[in-house]
Amino acid sequence: MESMNVIVCVKQIPDPATPGALGADNTLKRDGKLILDESDSYGVEMALQLVDAAGGGEVSLVSMAPNGEVSGMRTALAMGAAKGMLVSDPALQGSDALTTAKVLAAAINKLGGADLIIAATESSDGYTGTVPEQIAEVLGLPSVTFAKKVVITGGTLNVNRQTEAGYDEVTCPLPAVISVTAGVVEPRYPSFKGIMAAKNKPLETVTASDLGVTPVGWAGAGQSIVSVTQAEARAAGEIIEDDGEGYAKIVAFLENLKVI
Amino acid sequence: MNLSTSPLQHTNVGGGVDPLDLLDISRLLSPEELLVQATARRFVEDHVLPGISDWYDRGVFPRDLVSEMGALGLLGMHLDGYGCAGTSAVSYGLACLEMEAGDSGIRSFVSVQGSLAMFPIWAFGSEEQKVEWLPRMAAGEAIGCFGLTEADSGSDPSSMRSHARRDGTDWVLNGSKMWITNGGIADVAVVWARTEDAVRGFVVPTDAPGFKANNIHKKSSLRASVTSELVFDDLRLPADAMLPNVAGMRGPLSCLNEARFGILCGVVGAARACYESALAYACERVQFGRPIAGFQLTQRKLVEMAVSVNKAMLVALHLGRLKDEHLITPAQVSFGKFDNVRQALEVAREARSVLGANGITLEYPVIRHMNNLESVYTYEGTNEIHTLILGQAITGLAAFK
Repeated sequence: MESMNVIVCVKQIPDPATPGALGADNTLKRDGKLILDESDSYGVEMALQLVDAAGGGEVSLVSMAPNGEVSGMRTALAMGAAKGMLVSDPALQGSDALTTAKVLAAAINKLGGADLIIAATESSDGYTGTVPEQIAEVLGLPSVTFAKKVVITGGTLNVNRQTEAGYDEVTCPLPAVISVTAGVVEPRYPSFKGIMAAKNKPLETVTASDLGVTPVGWAGAGQSIVSVTQAEARAAGEIIEDDGEGYAKIVAFLENLKVI
Repeated sequence: MNLSTSPLQHTNVGGGVDPLDLLDISRLLSPEELLVQATARRFVEDHVLPGISDWYDRGVFPRDLVSEMGALGLLGMHLDGYGCAGTSAVSYGLACLEMEAGDSGIRSFVSVQGSLAMFPIWAFGSEEQKVEWLPRMAAGEAIGCFGLTEADSGSDPSSMRSHARRDGTDWVLNGSKMWITNGGIADVAVVWARTEDAVRGFVVPTDAPGFKANNIHKKSSLRASVTSELVFDDLRLPADAMLPNVAGMRGPLSCLNEARFGILCGVVGAARACYESALAYACERVQFGRPIAGFQLTQRKLVEMAVSVNKAMLVALHLGRLKDEHLITPAQVSFGKFDNVRQALEVAREARSVLGANGITLEYPVIRHMNNLESVYTYEGTNEIHTLILGQAITGLAAFK
């Protein structure tokens, strides 16, 4: 392809370096400063590389976040994305994964679609891991998950798809939706020139009703969060005093796990 | 400033307070400024911190880093055009802060390249000089240095002896410069020399016949930085090597004002790194059955450090805002250089005492910062000279001339 347009779904999340807190409705509080989910920086990098390889086209962003938050999108624009669309709407509070996918799919359509849509395998705060496939379903596009390497040849998508045993080689017509796994590319720094340029890149903010998606938020959610409990604390490991035979106990431990 | 993003936040015992940003100064920064700072910080974590103690120990400057700095847009970042990023002064200050949280030698490289070598070409150079040098220097393909100080002319630079005389249309440069950061690795030197009418700046390619750089060895400070003597022996330059748009000491002094701004921001980073290291150490180091952070004498030290770091940041940020509005005065720059460097050095020394014997090893960053700051205390206007500049500003009486 001589040119390709890629849309990357990016999530802006509370900084993982600061402890998260839950609101009264058991959802994560998102009223502070949000940053680009590191999981999405891989998708942005991959998109920029694919557009470079194609020799033309551009990378666009879609995101859904409260309070008109664009800090994380600015980071992706500073890396080299050309423009973005943010869906921000108080009515979206409580939206489940499927509603999120419908909203993002509508934003993708409003941007005019793309040759390829990229999302992270899962977000670092929600971890539902279902949104990319739901977007594909809503848009009626093929979906390839766990992409670790992506090459476009003659309008066809070639993906090395990570599996537990290794990887599958998958081919697929475009347009398509892929989810990329973390760590598969080295995300570039937002250069200082890029940061300056990002200030003037178009970033449109729309509401769910602008996109014609209803119902959303708790009203559209097929679920409710009844209660939240702490994950069980990891038990302390066993400490073995090495009396010269410590290795044997480690070997026995690993054999017991059937890893050796 | 975003003093946060520290791993300490998780273990902070202070109850919801960010120990690195007690005053919530990060609220005063724009999204672009926060992103510049976060990016610079990540760059230092990725490219500087893993190697710095070894470079310092061996006394080498990591030259490979220069092109990476260029790709990031760090070099001459606050200048416009000619391949420079064109950021605000505040962003430049934040980048200097993060570089110096890595090492003062690394920040010194950035200061000299951007503020002392690129700035005079950008501000006083001909279009040909700008086009020839600035894009390559911004990209890190060419390294610059700045020759003002001489062995016998430090605080009193106008007593310099280096001179350039006309020979036809050429210039012939003779003399020497001392304590020149980047001298031995530079591709171009901006050299200030007497001429018949005034002190003038010259853009000197270091491969010109008659140019020699001798590196200064056996330093116990700024060891990850190249410091050199420059010698000019009948060095012949074409007429167009002179910076056409400045004459007199205003030229070099305006460069120093640029660089001093980077320093007064940078040292906040060195101080923060020392404070961070002392705080983490004090929370983990157990004596008499509990972390030493729980002892009153140690808490006094930690609080003094925290307050110094936060106050120094407020000064730096305020001066950066003034600079962005083109309102900053040399005396205000002296205020920042005078007090922020002094405070940073105090923080480093206090941090060293918290770390006890461990504080003298390069396993921890503290004594490296402390030794570096001894140089920073003196270069670019000694503490004494900045005192007298401020003294003159408030009394109207010059004590040094």
